Amino acid sequence: MKTEPQTDHPEPASPAKIGVKKAEGGDLDNIFKDDDDADFLASEVGAVSIVPGSGPSDPLVMLAFYQRLFPFRPFFQWLNHSPVPCHDFGHREFAFTLQNSAYLRYQSFPTMELLRKEIVRLNPSRFEIGPVYNANPRDRKTLHKSAFHPPSKELVFDIDLTDYDEIRTCCDQANICNLCWNFITVAIKVMNAELRDDLGFKHVLWVYSGRRGAHAWVCDKRARSLDDAKRRAVANYLEVVRGGGQAGKKVIIRRPLHPHVSRSLNLLKDRFENDILRDQDPWRDNEKAEKLLQLLPDKILNDALRKKWDNHPNRPSISKWADIYDVAETGISKELNPARLKESKEEVVLEYMYPRLDAEVSKHLNHLLKSPFCVHPQTGRVCVPIDERDLEAFDPMAVPTVVGLLGEIDAWDKVHKREGKTDDYQKTSLKPYVDYFKTFVNGLLQDEAAVKREREGNSENSMEF
Amino acid sequence: MNRQEPVKRVRAIDSKKHWAGVEFKQLFYPHRLNFYNAPPTAEVTLDEFEQWAIDRLRILGQIESCLYRNMTAVELDDAMRKPLGDFLPLRSNSATGDSKPQDGKPNKLQEERRKDHYSHYILRLAFARSEELRKRFLATETILFKLRYNRDDAQERQAFIGSLGFDWEFLSFEEKAAMREDLLAGAGTKSGESKAVFEAGFFKVDWERVCDLVDQKKVLLRGGKAYVPESQQSSLVIAEFTARLEKALELTARALPRLDEDDRLIPILDHLSRGFTAPEYNTSMIATTLNGASLTAAVVDDLVQYFPMCMRQLHTTLRRDKHLLHNGRLQYNLFLKGVGLNVDEALTFWRKAFSRIDDDEFQKKYRYNVRHAYGLEGTRRNYKPMSCQQILTERRPAANQVHGCPYREMAVENLVVGLGTMSVSDKDVIRHVREDIEARKYHVACSRVFEHIHAKELKREREASGGSGRLAENIIHPNEYFTRSFILKNPGSVEATAAAAASDGNGQSMEMD
Repeated sequence: MKTEPQTDHPEPASPAKIGVKKAEGGDLDNIFKDDDDADFLASEVGAVSIVPGSGPSDPLVMLAFYQRLFPFRPFFQWLNHSPVPCHDFGHREFAFTLQNSAYLRYQSFPTMELLRKEIVRLNPSRFEIGPVYNANPRDRKTLHKSAFHPPSKELVFDIDLTDYDEIRTCCDQANICNLCWNFITVAIKVMNAELRDDLGFKHVLWVYSGRRGAHAWVCDKRARSLDDAKRRAVANYLEVVRGGGQAGKKVIIRRPLHPHVSRSLNLLKDRFENDILRDQDPWRDNEKAEKLLQLLPDKILNDALRKKWDNHPNRPSISKWADIYDVAETGISKELNPARLKESKEEVVLEYMYPRLDAEVSKHLNHLLKSPFCVHPQTGRVCVPIDERDLEAFDPMAVPTVVGLLGEIDAWDKVHKREGKTDDYQKTSLKPYVDYFKTFVNGLLQDEAAVKREREGNSENSMEF
Repeated sequence: MNRQEPVKRVRAIDSKKHWAGVEFKQLFYPHRLNFYNAPPTAEVTLDEFEQWAIDRLRILGQIESCLYRNMTAVELDDAMRKPLGDFLPLRSNSATGDSKPQDGKPNKLQEERRKDHYSHYILRLAFARSEELRKRFLATETILFKLRYNRDDAQERQAFIGSLGFDWEFLSFEEKAAMREDLLAGAGTKSGESKAVFEAGFFKVDWERVCDLVDQKKVLLRGGKAYVPESQQSSLVIAEFTARLEKALELTARALPRLDEDDRLIPILDHLSRGFTAPEYNTSMIATTLNGASLTAAVVDDLVQYFPMCMRQLHTTLRRDKHLLHNGRLQYNLFLKGVGLNVDEALTFWRKAFSRIDDDEFQKKYRYNVRHAYGLEGTRRNYKPMSCQQILTERRPAANQVHGCPYREMAVENLVVGLGTMSVSDKDVIRHVREDIEARKYHVACSRVFEHIHAKELKREREASGGSGRLAENIIHPNEYFTRSFILKNPGSVEATAAAAASDGNGQSMEMD
């Protein structure tokens, strides 16, 4: 069940009803004179005044963000799969969360311009992208229930660090740092191998979720037309760490290992020592070390290890990990199965490092997911795409904030005194992210055009039934 | 691309073209298996029409109830042997003792296959009309096909597959050799079988066509293709069957309004589709009053002793954390609705339970969802409390979640501790429960626990009406567990007749939601 704080409105309510705070300065309302140019976000007004002490995502700030920085054109093309508006965009559902927490679903727009106008008008604190329906979502009430259904949406994945709370020691809940971000980096690497090498997808966009996770958008046409059953198959194929709060051991896999699991294991093994044993050090405390023992198969070995660790309190995890083999080697347990022990250790690596996905997000075609380039209301950070060409370099603590970006525009303007027409985003640290996004979208569009040509060559009927 | 030129409206069925060239003759069935690609065209009597359909309906209904009881494939096969023999026999070509068609005498094998063919198509008509019926038809027909496919003799099966004309790309020897290790590991081959499996060969298809093999990680995937061992061929064939039938049902549904209205057929078809029932626990029949008064939020804590383990767990977590994650809330909320909590009491209950947050936050985040479950928001769909089947298969818990069926999701040691809190510590019972869990019969485990806890009461009840002190059949719905538990422990508090009738649940026709 999709959670909705309030019922949806059949059409966007007027600003008077919603009570959106509009900008005080009249200039900002005139910022959009219709432009012929593709990128029309050049500012023609003076500096945006940021009131000191305003929150990370104040409505005024958000409005300026949408007016000057949000990359509408590549965003539109990304969802439309072509420069010319078509149903992929026109029948796409958007859901807006407004400043007063009202929630509007089933919004759709025939063109980019109308989307932008509405976003600027409503100034949502965030918005989500849904599927492409077989008819205009705004018309859904005129259609018979069974005649309105979604035929396509990108295949999406959601990795959230709270799912790692039980194994990360550096932070918990909403906090993150560079140490636990490693979990995400590693997860992205593993999943990219699976999505590209195994499933054959080419266009995978990873987006920072704004606070403590990442989303993946798989945009290939083949991925968009997957039905719920196939999405479930993919989610289950990728899932290795399974189970809720009470489940005990979470990795139960078949031997011989499936090739994707053994490939993932190889990717993870190298980083285990550094990321888990040293950085996270999860078993230093003897009580926590019990968790490790629970994952090992031999009782006698476990007892021996327990004794040793009781005698050496606060022994670091890296030593404890080495102890497992050392103590096993002494032959203290006659029935110890060395192969099984090795396998258990591999399973520990998987349990601690393999990506933990929120499978429900991926399984349903009609799931709504936060849009890239939204701003996270609590942190003020922009949900930027993560450049896959250099994953290690991505630093969530260095992701631009809205307030920071607006300040950068001002600074640039002061220096360059508006020489020529430069798009606002290019004056800021958002530029590399937007550029990366554009490159991604171009690649996607090229492939889409090729497919469309082929399809139009083959069929005579139009797309509509 | 959406061009603005006028589109020629193509009619779904153009009668003249559709029926042109179709000869109305008897078909010959070379194999016992059938993909039902083409409809039958010869005449049959009205009696045959109805009777064949009813026979097939019986079979499909039986299959559904086997599914409901969570039977394994082997058990299902056993259970269906006799009914199939009685109502829808389908012998293979190697069955001896029949005259060949050239003899001109009626051929028993062909008769069986004709009946199979016709009954399938009749039921297609009867069940195409709603999404729910189509889904159920699709699921049971697939299982029926699977049953027959697996029982077929290998040679005949291959002949049948050959006739289907699939284009499966078999790997050449060089390709196979280059990927040998990965191919074998992908298929989960144990070391003893490697040689055999390798020799039998592999073929590659788009992974979407074998998505259930992908789901279980039973095949190698590379570059968007799945590499399927020859032994899994069946999976592909069955998947293909399902896919085609699904498409055909959609087309049938669309064409239904334009069907030749025949006054004789429509009543029969209607009657058939209503006969497709499965035993289900009908919560709407339960009196919403216990002890003569309606249920209030304050009473819930006292009722926990009658809850099945899944709901106890949710309740305990709720009380301990003053919070419950979404899926847990949904499961528990619907259960309480089934117990008899009305929406206002439910809101009170949840509001008090989430004692750490203020009114505003509750209103914003949770109120809507509670009301949504009661069918007061959004699509106004009146969700029924989740049955054991649903709880087991939908939305498995992850990370910190505690919903789902504890017999499946909990580690066994934790489960035993949990049973202790329900005062179940009998070694035998626990041993049996462990065995049930190993055999993946989670509802049997739960029923066993129920039996043990209520041993005294059950005995008393059966002694009164004769028979052993055991459950008649396994519990398949948490609300059923609750109601029976409550009635057993508080005899006379609810009208015994109404509750007993509902808790049997057999043969009750289900409200189509």
